[in-house]
Amino acid sequence: MARYAWLTILLPLLGAVINGALALRRPEARRLVSLVGPGVLLAAFAVAIGVFLDVRHAEAPIRVMLWQWMPVTDGLQVDFALQLDRLSTVMLLVVTGVGALIHLFSLGYMRADKGYARYFAYLNLFVAFMLVLVLGASLPVSFIGWEGVGLCSYLLIGFWFEVDANSDAGKKAFLANRIGDFGVLVAMFVLWWSVGTLDYEALARQAPAMLPYAGTTATVIVLLPSLGFTDKRAPTALYTWLPDAMAGPTPVSALIHAATMVTAGVFLVIRTGVLFALAPVAMEVVAITGALTAFFAATIALKQNDIKKVLAYSTVSQLGYMFLAVGAGAWTAGLFHLVTHAFFKALLFLGAGSVIHAMHHALHEAHRHDDAQDMRNMGGLRRAMPWTFALMLIATLAIAGIPPLAGFFSKDEILASAFVRGEANPVFLAAWGLGLAAALMTAYYMARLMAMTFLGRFRGPEAAEPHLHEAPAIMTGPLAVLGVLTVVGGALNLPAFAGGSHALEHWLEPVLAPANALLDPLHLPHGLTEWLLVGGAVLVAVTGLVLGFTGTTRREIPTPDRAPPETGFGRILAGKYFVDEFYHRVIIAPVVWLSRTVLWRGIDAFLIDRMGVGGSARLAQGLGWLGSRLQNGQVALYVTLFTVGAVLILRALVGG
Amino acid sequence: MLIGESLAVSAVLFSIGVAGVLVRRNAIVVFMCVELMLNAVNLSFVALSQLHGMSGQIMVFFVMTVAAAEAAVGLAIILAIYRHTQSVDLKSINLLKG
Repeated sequence: MARYAWLTILLPLLGAVINGALALRRPEARRLVSLVGPGVLLAAFAVAIGVFLDVRHAEAPIRVMLWQWMPVTDGLQVDFALQLDRLSTVMLLVVTGVGALIHLFSLGYMRADKGYARYFAYLNLFVAFMLVLVLGASLPVSFIGWEGVGLCSYLLIGFWFEVDANSDAGKKAFLANRIGDFGVLVAMFVLWWSVGTLDYEALARQAPAMLPYAGTTATVIVLLPSLGFTDKRAPTALYTWLPDAMAGPTPVSALIHAATMVTAGVFLVIRTGVLFALAPVAMEVVAITGALTAFFAATIALKQNDIKKVLAYSTVSQLGYMFLAVGAGAWTAGLFHLVTHAFFKALLFLGAGSVIHAMHHALHEAHRHDDAQDMRNMGGLRRAMPWTFALMLIATLAIAGIPPLAGFFSKDEILASAFVRGEANPVFLAAWGLGLAAALMTAYYMARLMAMTFLGRFRGPEAAEPHLHEAPAIMTGPLAVLGVLTVVGGALNLPAFAGGSHALEHWLEPVLAPANALLDPLHLPHGLTEWLLVGGAVLVAVTGLVLGFTGTTRREIPTPDRAPPETGFGRILAGKYFVDEFYHRVIIAPVVWLSRTVLWRGIDAFLIDRMGVGGSARLAQGLGWLGSRLQNGQVALYVTLFTVGAVLILRALVGG
Repeated sequence: MLIGESLAVSAVLFSIGVAGVLVRRNAIVVFMCVELMLNAVNLSFVALSQLHGMSGQIMVFFVMTVAAAEAAVGLAIILAIYRHTQSVDLKSINLLKG
């Protein structure tokens, strides 16, 4: 089956073409769209399982060569090839599996939308590109997928483009991504120049010999794409686009901005792990930015009132954890958290989607225009939506890190890895501390979200309350599947103290061997230290949850129209540290000013249009006017001029 | 043999002709001034032929011939303009202008 892995890309692509054609020609053919959209994903998932079964027995990575892409010279040979190994197969399963669930959920969520076919076309296209990114055997192939998912992200964020804010958010995401793409491109050039290949396999083989350990080249190569992975991985510097990306339909947030695309950066870091292992400085940078991101994003999430914004910042924060993990060289922990996060965050987003769906419907029935996403308008939804509540509660406990749910094991492993690295390098100890603090806040803001949404009494308009209802089965079904995965996902890499054998770790060993060979071996603690770390993490999680629940339920929560403005530090958090405002003042406003005043009004309108184009016309006109004044029909003038001219010529001829 | 005096008279005549062409508005007068200039030139030809041989005097015959032809054509044009505009004032003959 592995030979046919390209089917997993082709199927969603085909779906995108069909749905796209339907969107243009027959938007009313909803049944066909409903069949094709999720259908191709389910088929792709089936193929993915087949591929997985093949790879399970394969000794070496399977390379599926599709065609020669860039046969430039002997030195630069880029093939359009797919690499199926244990790493890409995990991603393949996650992307197609979670993707299929989200497609199914979308059937219910987008049912009443007039862009139904267009939506599924975009979603299919996204999955196709995501699989190119994941399965590509070399950086350029992955880069196609990288660009493609950026495009689809733009299309889907701006899906409801009739509203200016949405299309602006799409543009913002696109531009922020472009900045990072530049870094990736430059890194590829440097890599080809210094190592001479862009294939992952060849890189893992040749890079350790050709690049000096901790040398400048390796550091530059790695930090440049880090800048690139920055955008999709969305840590500190460029993360501001991600919360804005919530302007798209909620299942999109679940698929793109939680489960797959934003984690592509983590995946690529693991893929090019050898290069990172060659640059210890870069590893430290990645780890500490990851930890800082986890910390600061969590603080922002504490004060958000939009249910999707909380989840968005939570995603940024969890991405920080993943980067902390790969920065610490705990590749498996990073991938482990990526997978479990895909489960529980997709569940949270889809759950939020079903809450928003219900709120939207109820407010619509009540003819009200309150914000369907503002948690201050919710409350008490537990009674109307028991299923959504129960499933989101599972996900909340998982993300907070309560055993034995998936998030507990992955987060615990990341923190333990950072702690172990901290013995040799205090940077990682600081990262561990930040990670632990972020874990406390994670538990707090998730408990706050749950309490504000589901507990207490309904704070929205009274007329809307009777119309609240549980989502249809097509929406709760995928939620339930994700709920099961959230519960059992931890089994993927169960640590020894819980009776497991680090299955994922062993599974990935062949892929990670070249990178691990360059690093100090990472021995996770055993015995007392381990129990202390685990106990501490659980204690932190429980404390956060309790504080969050009690802190939210005890207080009367004012509705948005009566809410007092935030003051003090809370204002800074609610304002997201004013990073957007900072970017606006320091980068965007000067650029706009430069473009408008200098480039447009100054150079274009004045210098080129007025002086250049208009000026030359006026000059010719003026000269022509002068000439025409001479030609006035008066013979006397002609004669006078003739005489004067003759005298002058005579004078010149005679000389003197 | 009065070459200097002859040339001086010629120059004066020529200058009078030029001034007439420049300042007068009546086409006939301007025409006569042009004739005056031609004859001033003729005078200088004749005077100078005393130094340089007969060719100057021969040239005078050519000038006279051309002047006669020019007078015929020029007067005919002026006549035609007068018929057309009832005027020989150069100021009013300004149809050709930019």
